[in-house]
Amino acid sequence: MQEVKRKYVIPGDIVAEGNMRPLVNVFKNGNSIVATRIGITESNQDGAKVIPLSGIYFPRANDIVIGKILDHSSLSWSVDINSCFAAHLPAQDIFGRDFSPAHDDMGRQLSTGDVIVARIAIFDRTRDPILTIQDKDLGKIPTGELIKISPTRVPRLIGKRGSMIQTIEKASSTRITIGQNGIIVVSGKDKEGTTLAINAIHMVEVEAHTSNLTQRIKQLLNVPESEIESDAQTNDSNDTTINQDGINSNNNDKEMGMINSNGSK
Amino acid sequence: MVQSRSLIDESGKRTDGRVIDELREVKINVGIVKNADGSALIEFGKNRIIAAVYGPREVHPKHMALSDRGVVRCRYHMSPFSTDTRKSPAPSRRETEISKVIREALEPALILEDYPRAAIDIFIEILQADGGSRCAGISAASVALADAGINMRDMVSACAAGKVDDKIAVDINDTEDKEGGADMPVAYMPNLKKITLLQLDGELNPNEFNTCLEEAVRGCLKVYEIQRSSLMEKYFGDEKGMKEE
Repeated sequence: MQEVKRKYVIPGDIVAEGNMRPLVNVFKNGNSIVATRIGITESNQDGAKVIPLSGIYFPRANDIVIGKILDHSSLSWSVDINSCFAAHLPAQDIFGRDFSPAHDDMGRQLSTGDVIVARIAIFDRTRDPILTIQDKDLGKIPTGELIKISPTRVPRLIGKRGSMIQTIEKASSTRITIGQNGIIVVSGKDKEGTTLAINAIHMVEVEAHTSNLTQRIKQLLNVPESEIESDAQTNDSNDTTINQDGINSNNNDKEMGMINSNGSK
Repeated sequence: MVQSRSLIDESGKRTDGRVIDELREVKINVGIVKNADGSALIEFGKNRIIAAVYGPREVHPKHMALSDRGVVRCRYHMSPFSTDTRKSPAPSRRETEISKVIREALEPALILEDYPRAAIDIFIEILQADGGSRCAGISAASVALADAGINMRDMVSACAAGKVDDKIAVDINDTEDKEGGADMPVAYMPNLKKITLLQLDGELNPNEFNTCLEEAVRGCLKVYEIQRSSLMEKYFGDEKGMKEE
């Protein structure tokens, strides 16, 4: 395994010194790499970065988000994606290229207050995010319990290759849809399962950076002892810190974007 | 300014019992306003100040937005009950000015280029005032900004120094501010070693000025340690230090 150095930092703290590449949430000041957020550092030969522990959602292209329809104009819906920018879902995305505001009734497809899972198709510094729902598992969410957590906890909630979220889904018999903007929809057959899943999610949010979290979650969910012990070995490395997938390359982002109960994307 | 009484007694104690290079007791609680994205309550001697940060969020009115960077809006406000005699809740000339200098003291620490077309709102509410409230406000706002997860180059710590009975003293209180010789609030980025605010009310000769600045910066470093430990306490609890794998 690659050697990774970790420490707790606040803005202004030195993450690493020497000729290293600054990755995310850090900047280069002379010969040192300095943290810009509160979080846990991670430095290896690729470079140095900080996994943040606080902050609101800032959109990035290709993120999977859950949003609420606020309103629509004659050409697009505006969607609240829990960020400082209102996102837009173009009507052409649903009606196709021959969309005509005169003939197609936008209110019939999506109305104010509807909740959707969407992917951020385009976003850069100069314009508001443009969404798309033309992908597998994207679109309107018909039912479920909507909860909000800090977006910085989303990678930990998903866990390595979806391990944490799959554990919660399996134990509570629910289907959980996670948006990278910190909005989560829990849909279950019964109230008990949904409540259990919500409690587990809140526990992950509060204790995201602590050790042995997976085991404590399993205890909360009443997962049989034998499974806890057999998983303890494999999960130890995951538990030492917030999972780093959240700020890696695009491939990882897609992997952690949204995971359904069967484990597929 | 005419001095009516001695502010430092024979044993070198000031009006509130401190020695000349001693700060008042400082306590910071992080995350006390649940509705805000980041917040802090600072107790700086008798000062009680809440700082709350919202953002980055949409800019209203929209014409205030900048296309290449975020805007910072700051409101320093004294509650009507924060002083001995009731203070009108309407923003005064003094509050408007302090809001501006606090904004300018915090801006150099923020990486605003990361938030184009967005706004960061900082609210500083003085619940109880006892001199040095702008410094305490800056220190609290800096902690609140870090708590809100805004990208920052460094923390900002602030502390005043001044002339009391012809001696340079650190962390001037209300009595010393009103009856003393000079008051110099300083805000400082401790890791980058840069000053972001320097004001001076009163008269100092060049030597006194240099000593005063050194004392204020020393005070800032003490405040920084408290800011740091309060943030560490909130985010990492007992798990301090470093771990390696």
